[in-house]
Amino acid sequence: MAQLTFREAIARGIAQEMRRDESIVFLGEDIGAAGGVFKGTVGLLEEFGGVRVRDTPISEQAILGAAMGAAMTGLKPIAEIMFADFFAVCWDIVVNEIAKSRYMTNGQMTFPLVIRSGNGGGLRFGAQHSQSVENWAMMVPGLKVVVPSNAVDVIGLMAAAIRDPDPVIFLEAKVLYASKMDVPEGEIVDTLGSAKVLRQGSDATLVALGAMVPKAIAAADELAEMGIDCTIVDVRSLVPLDTKTLLREITATGRLFTVEENPRLCGWGGELASIVSEEIFYDLDGPIVRITTPHIPLPAADALEDLAIPSIERIVTTVSKSMNS
Amino acid sequence: MSTTTTVSNPTDLEGKLNLYRSQLALRLFEQRAYDLFLENLVKGTSHLSLGQEAIAAGFAAAMRPTDWTFATYRGHAHTLARGVPMTPVLAELLGRSNGLMAGKGGSMHLTSVEHGVMGSYAIIGAHLPIACGAAWSAQYRGTEQVAVCFFGDGSVNIGAFHEALNFAAIWKLPVIFVCENNLWMEYTRTSEVTAVANPAADRASAYGLESIIVDGNDADAVYEIAAAAIARAREGGGPSLIEAKTYRHGGHSRADPGKYRPDSEVAEWLAKDPIPRYRARLLEKGASEEQLREIEELVAADVELATEEAKAGGVPGEDLLMKDVWADGGSSWRN
Ligand SMILES: Cc1ncc(C[n+]2csc(CCOP(=O)(O)OP(=O)(O)O)c2C)c(N)n1
Ligand SMILES: [Mg+2]
Repeated sequence: MAQLTFREAIARGIAQEMRRDESIVFLGEDIGAAGGVFKGTVGLLEEFGGVRVRDTPISEQAILGAAMGAAMTGLKPIAEIMFADFFAVCWDIVVNEIAKSRYMTNGQMTFPLVIRSGNGGGLRFGAQHSQSVENWAMMVPGLKVVVPSNAVDVIGLMAAAIRDPDPVIFLEAKVLYASKMDVPEGEIVDTLGSAKVLRQGSDATLVALGAMVPKAIAAADELAEMGIDCTIVDVRSLVPLDTKTLLREITATGRLFTVEENPRLCGWGGELASIVSEEIFYDLDGPIVRITTPHIPLPAADALEDLAIPSIERIVTTVSKSMNS
Repeated sequence: MSTTTTVSNPTDLEGKLNLYRSQLALRLFEQRAYDLFLENLVKGTSHLSLGQEAIAAGFAAAMRPTDWTFATYRGHAHTLARGVPMTPVLAELLGRSNGLMAGKGGSMHLTSVEHGVMGSYAIIGAHLPIACGAAWSAQYRGTEQVAVCFFGDGSVNIGAFHEALNFAAIWKLPVIFVCENNLWMEYTRTSEVTAVANPAADRASAYGLESIIVDGNDADAVYEIAAAAIARAREGGGPSLIEAKTYRHGGHSRADPGKYRPDSEVAEWLAKDPIPRYRARLLEKGASEEQLREIEELVAADVELATEEAKAGGVPGEDLLMKDVWADGGSSWRN
């Protein structure tokens, strides 16, 4: 068992799969020689060579178009979009082309591809390099959406995403790149569409995603000291969504708090709240509460960014206030 | 089932007769599609290639069955030219269950992977990068397949065009970009909104490519240029950008009469109609009037048969609605 950072886990997950399957290729800006702007792909060019690991021009439509064309003709490409905000310049390829083409062609084509991207705030990069865009991806029929919260999950979910025959948007919380944990040796393969219960409590269920997961865990520690015993569920996969686990854990405590980094409107917690009210309304003991980034572009200054993104403190106060009211 | 329209090598008379048959099939099919639109049997929209048949037929003749076509919403002709039978194409236009995609795609998205028709794309420019990806896959796997990507003159001013051209050039991809310059976008003349006179060819040098212009109303000329570019790409010589000058005889889509175009311009181009031109050439080269009439009757009969078969198709059932979002055939997003 060795300590691995989240960023090292990216390269390890990709390498694990590329060793196994020659049809996997990887393309993106600065991913090869430079090892990625976040150093998430260090060593891949050296191990797999320039034919399988290819640096591209700054052409996001070309990167994703190439991934799509390669996927429909037998390869399993992994494409990197450096910052998730940049999806806006190639969203046509994602939404109109990759996501719709299997359905439109009556199942003639499949798109076994992964698009990975640095997502979200916390690094004081300002509004155009910090947005958490999981809700953009979640609302598109034809896309699977995966958001790991720790290094072990990065490897296992990356493997699952690459092996999945459908297009997967794989969002990496940039603020977690430096986080570390013990990672077992050997192959790690997880499954898409499985939420994970990280902590079982009796009073309230906190459902969190990506960078919000460690914050929810820290908040639960403080809440426990205040006598509020929380369950924590790491959603991990927005599509497919593990509603079985989520509904079971929410029913068990009777209270749901979502912790979301995406701006509030149409965030994933809104969808979850709707499912919960349709299906387990009478099991609830109080209102569903969403803790999100407000509906604003993200500010750059650390003081302001910290106010915008849900903090441990905001989670603690929101939950305790609501539980005690 | 109606016959298909693929052609063999058109360098000898037999090949040329085939190329005539192919062009004529595209012409008569499109005329029928127009009639059915006016009868309100083709719903939604459709974009015809009337007048542009020589490009689709000439390229298809130069391609191997394993090569790939990427087309736009104006894609009926490109789909048929690769050998897809008329009936499923027409049935798709009619929204019938015997349609090429069982009615799920429609006129603008004709696709037949088994014939190498890798999709018809209705977002301007989007399929150029996608064709690059297919070409990359052929290069990576060493299959010698070539991707041929067709688009209009109005499509050269969108970013995806430029991203794809540069990308194909730097990776030396086996892809041929074919601009069918019919002078018009929807209702705007492309020259009024384009910085250069030849919208595609004048951009070629920016990507280190040769500037190639061909008479798109001459199927033999198209075939020759296509064969050369495809051979080059197959041998690892990289991409080509070809601008084929042509004209659409009708409007942009649906029942558009195309009245924004001056009568003199339309008349000038009707005089260059690729099909009578090719017919006259065949007679010069020794084909008999009888031979040509026989072809014309066969093609007309094909269109009749396809019309009957398409109209006889069923209505797509509700079982199709939730199918094939995912590779497992379903559309479930939760457990
Ligand atoms: C991105 C995008 N913008 C606008 C349109 C609407 N549109 C459809 S066809 C067309 C004209 C295209 O002209 P051209 O590329 O010359 O092709 P042609 O129709 O002449 O074959 C336009 C503007 C579109 N489909 N996609
Ligand atoms: Mg045009």
